[in-house]
Amino acid sequence: MSDHKERIKELISRVVGEPVSEIPNSTPAGYVVPKETLFRVCSELRTHPDTYFDMLSNISGVDRGPEAGTLEVVYHLYSIPFHFSLSIKVVLSREQAAVESLVPVWKSANWLEREVYDMFGIQFKNHPDLRRILMPADWNGFPLLKDYQQDETYRGVKIEY
Amino acid sequence: MNKEQQYIYKEDNLTDSEPNKFNYNELKSEEMIINLGPQHPSTHGVLRLEVLSDGEIIKDVVPHIGYLHRCFEKHAERLPYNQVIPFVDRMDYVAAMNSEHAYAMGVERMMGITDQIPKRVEYIRVLVAEMNRIASHLIAVGTYGLDLGAFTPFFWIMRDREHILRLLEWVSGARMLYNYIWIGGLFYDLPVGFEQRCREFINYFTPKVGELETLLVNNKIFIDRTANVGVLPLNLAINSGITGPMLRGSGLRFDLRRVDGYSVYPELEFEIPIGEGKMGTVGDCWDRTWVRVREIYESLRIMRQCLDKLEGEHKRTRDFDPQSVVPKKIRPKAQELYVRAENPKGELGFYFIADGKSDIPFRCKARACSFVNLSVLPELSRGVLIADLIAILGSIDIVLGEVDR
Repeated sequence: MSDHKERIKELISRVVGEPVSEIPNSTPAGYVVPKETLFRVCSELRTHPDTYFDMLSNISGVDRGPEAGTLEVVYHLYSIPFHFSLSIKVVLSREQAAVESLVPVWKSANWLEREVYDMFGIQFKNHPDLRRILMPADWNGFPLLKDYQQDETYRGVKIEY
Repeated sequence: MNKEQQYIYKEDNLTDSEPNKFNYNELKSEEMIINLGPQHPSTHGVLRLEVLSDGEIIKDVVPHIGYLHRCFEKHAERLPYNQVIPFVDRMDYVAAMNSEHAYAMGVERMMGITDQIPKRVEYIRVLVAEMNRIASHLIAVGTYGLDLGAFTPFFWIMRDREHILRLLEWVSGARMLYNYIWIGGLFYDLPVGFEQRCREFINYFTPKVGELETLLVNNKIFIDRTANVGVLPLNLAINSGITGPMLRGSGLRFDLRRVDGYSVYPELEFEIPIGEGKMGTVGDCWDRTWVRVREIYESLRIMRQCLDKLEGEHKRTRDFDPQSVVPKKIRPKAQELYVRAENPKGELGFYFIADGKSDIPFRCKARACSFVNLSVLPELSRGVLIADLIAILGSIDIVLGEVDR
């Protein structure tokens, strides 16, 4: 199993062009990749016969807070033939939170990316249908940001917590 | 009345909060937009479908969700780990035990106490989770029949589900939203005499599943409505992240209880039924329903084995404390963890980030199986009749509480 992990790391490093760092204390193990190479890394991970990550289980956004100034997107991949899980993380700045969409690689990315956009305001470039999904279309702000302040009213109706 | 006026008339209030994706002015002359839901019994809750149709043929479907959004992830960032469990219950409210099991398992892994959980606790967890799985599958099959015009099976499944709910109420004190599985243990041990009653239920219920099969699943009208309808090919299913009975209906023997082997599932014997295309094509609506019915039998088998263990090896003792491993303070080390478990509807995942400094999760994301499974609906329903759209939607088996969280 650890051989397989090393092979995946080599593969990702080759596509990225430099050694990638591991996410500390992560289960399943994962790597941080630069956002420019995310799409190439993921298509390679899906199609390469040694890895074959055919399922994208989950995408989650993470806000590290205004002090740290970074947003993260974490992808959880799973390979059915190899029974192997992997996480891939990209780190974005809060000002320019945009990353390439993975819908051409995995169809499940469609709604999952919409949800991340809805909650964190992260833009997914080349997404076929990037609209809000859980919140109303005219909602103000992105609720899962750590510094989110909700409006007092929505369409004249008081928002109470 | 001295009450503050809550709502004031404004022109702006009449605009759509959830606008259509398709524009009326840009339609071709034969196209029209039909709005299904959010208040419609066949949408199983509050789901709005915007259907672009050409006569009876569907050109595109756009699901609009979020009517039941209760901010689970935002709440979870404010509450200690153990207080999140009631919110987890309310996600998939017809299978709350399974969700609790997945959540508790995730936090236990972060705490590193998975090995210390007493075997009796694990067997009770699996027992109640399988009971809840049966209840969930009954709802899925029964309401699916209702969608297709079969009224009687619905009453039959409600009658049998009531026994499960009563048993679970006896265990936990609540009918649907239990808060029974705690991090590191259980709320209480099983009540005295439960095993006996549970066996009586199994003996009563096993022939009833056969009756349900004869009445609904093997019914000619039901087969005509579901066979060869909504065929989900395996490669599309995997690429769309579909899990659970839907994926198995498409012919892949993939069950996380077996693949990941969590809890005590490796010690139990059960089969994993898959769709075989008996009445039509592999992966059609009939296959998905059939897989659910077969899984009820397998769950009953697991329940019997659990009861044997609970009355044999891991018998009730006077000094058994189901809360012996429950941590006094839940403060995991700084880490990230993705945990997944097989829910009745598919893979339920939780992604935790703990910062190591506080008792509340820094981030708790739920990967809801109904949400991902529903996203394949537009792909499945292009080019089918409107009546078949209802058949396809019912066969996906969604719970809107989990779609919207």
